[in-house]
Amino acid sequence: MRNTFEHKLGKLNNDLIRMGGMIEEAIASAITALRDNNNELAQSVVDNDIRVDDAEKSIESQCLSIILREQPVARDLRKVSAALKMVTDMERIADNAADIAEISLIADVSAIMHIVKEIQVMSEKVIHMVSGAVDAFVRTDITLAKTIIEDDDEVDELFISIRNKIVDLIKSESCSGEVAVDALMIVKYLERIADHAVNVCEWVEFFETGEYKNTQII
Amino acid sequence: MENENVKISTKNVNLYYGENHALKDINLDIKTNRITAFIGPSGCGKSTYLKSLNRMNDLVPGCRITGSFLLDGEDIYADGVDTNVLRRRIGMVFQKPNPFPMSIYDNVAYGPRVHGIKSKAKLDRIVEESLIGAAVFDEVKDRLHKSALSLSGGQQQRVCIARAIAVQPEVILMDEPTSALDPVSTLKIEELMNTIKDKYTVAIVTHNMQQAARISDYTAFFLVGEMVEYGKTDDIFSRPKDKRTEDYITGRFG
Ligand SMILES: Nc1ncnc2c1ncn2[C@@H]1O[C@H](COP(=O)(O)OP(=O)(O)OP(=O)(O)O)[C@@H](O)[C@H]1O
Ligand SMILES: [Mg+2]
Repeated sequence: MRNTFEHKLGKLNNDLIRMGGMIEEAIASAITALRDNNNELAQSVVDNDIRVDDAEKSIESQCLSIILREQPVARDLRKVSAALKMVTDMERIADNAADIAEISLIADVSAIMHIVKEIQVMSEKVIHMVSGAVDAFVRTDITLAKTIIEDDDEVDELFISIRNKIVDLIKSESCSGEVAVDALMIVKYLERIADHAVNVCEWVEFFETGEYKNTQII
Repeated sequence: MENENVKISTKNVNLYYGENHALKDINLDIKTNRITAFIGPSGCGKSTYLKSLNRMNDLVPGCRITGSFLLDGEDIYADGVDTNVLRRRIGMVFQKPNPFPMSIYDNVAYGPRVHGIKSKAKLDRIVEESLIGAAVFDEVKDRLHKSALSLSGGQQQRVCIARAIAVQPEVILMDEPTSALDPVSTLKIEELMNTIKDKYTVAIVTHNMQQAARISDYTAFFLVGEMVEYGKTDDIFSRPKDKRTEDYITGRFG
């Protein structure tokens, strides 16, 4: 048995779980900061982004070291290369959460968050997708990965309906153009985060089957 | 598998050393001009299989072989097959270097001489080309007439490879040919295999997974006398079908 190797893979898993926790928290905090117009919380999301970047670098460096020293094959190779690809998506998720927090720092959109309740609903859905995607990877749960990929349709629908609501608000002059644009950007970021969660799930499928987006790439 | 020609076809092969059932119903086609690697734990029958291809097991008392072995469609075990001719067509390099107790030159010239080449110039050329091909010429060129036994293990092995290619076989069987070689000589031999595969069909046993992955086109995984999985090397090392293959190549075996 390769105890050292198993240990390295275990650490990689743990670090991915930890990074997953960090990005879920970043999204949740960014949304709470918006709702409560809490600048302190928003600032912490922006500040914490560097920790996510560090986690990404550490995971990348672990993967490269495993490739160099352990020369993984088969399942191990697929696992390490999937991890290497998916941390990029995880890091982008944190960037998008920081982008949302930055909007919160420069504008007070709490009012529109209360009027358009679906933004909260959408954010919860997105967080659920992100945590599910990371879980699917660490537990190698391809069924879960597929469910998450399907969830993206709901997020896309929410995006359209929220967008229409915002347009209505502008038409009825119920909110300022500035706030409306900010709100639209926020939901666009959320929609992007869901896409990155889908990407992570596609790497889970690759890990299990060697297929990425229905193409055998290994 | 794709439209590649089959050099050696083996079907329903069973081999017994007395009571020991060493090969169990092996079905495997070795492709022409391809490198086929045989991997598996010690004692699983890799060497036995390789040796059965050029009838080296005929000499083992108590050894019983059934099944069909076809070289270019012709039965290797048919009555009247001259094993000397067979072994010229299917050459072998063994696990342990086994130079003949004679000079380096004579080792390499041995086969060509047996096959009737007498011209000194021609023999000189064959010896030099074979030694170059086996990546050992520079190290031995000044002592060609010294005993091959005076060489280091790695050098002896490369002289044995030179001896095998000197007769221009159609198939070269190599049983862990680089296990005693340093990394540089190993890479030279691997390069050699790559360059000669246009002319030869190579079957190689190796315990080095990276080597199998680097050099071979096809890989067969053996386990206690059975062939568990056989397929394109890229597939075996990225998506093996059988869990036992996966466990073995990822080092989780046993
Ligand atoms: N000449 C022989 N006489 C009797 N039994 C033999 C002989 N050669 C091999 N065997 C037996 O046949 C089985 C397969 O041996 P073989 O040498 O083919 O294994 P292998 O896969 O080449 O192992 P290794 O990786 O250690 O070289 C073993 O159980 C071995 O003990
Ligand atoms: Mg052997």
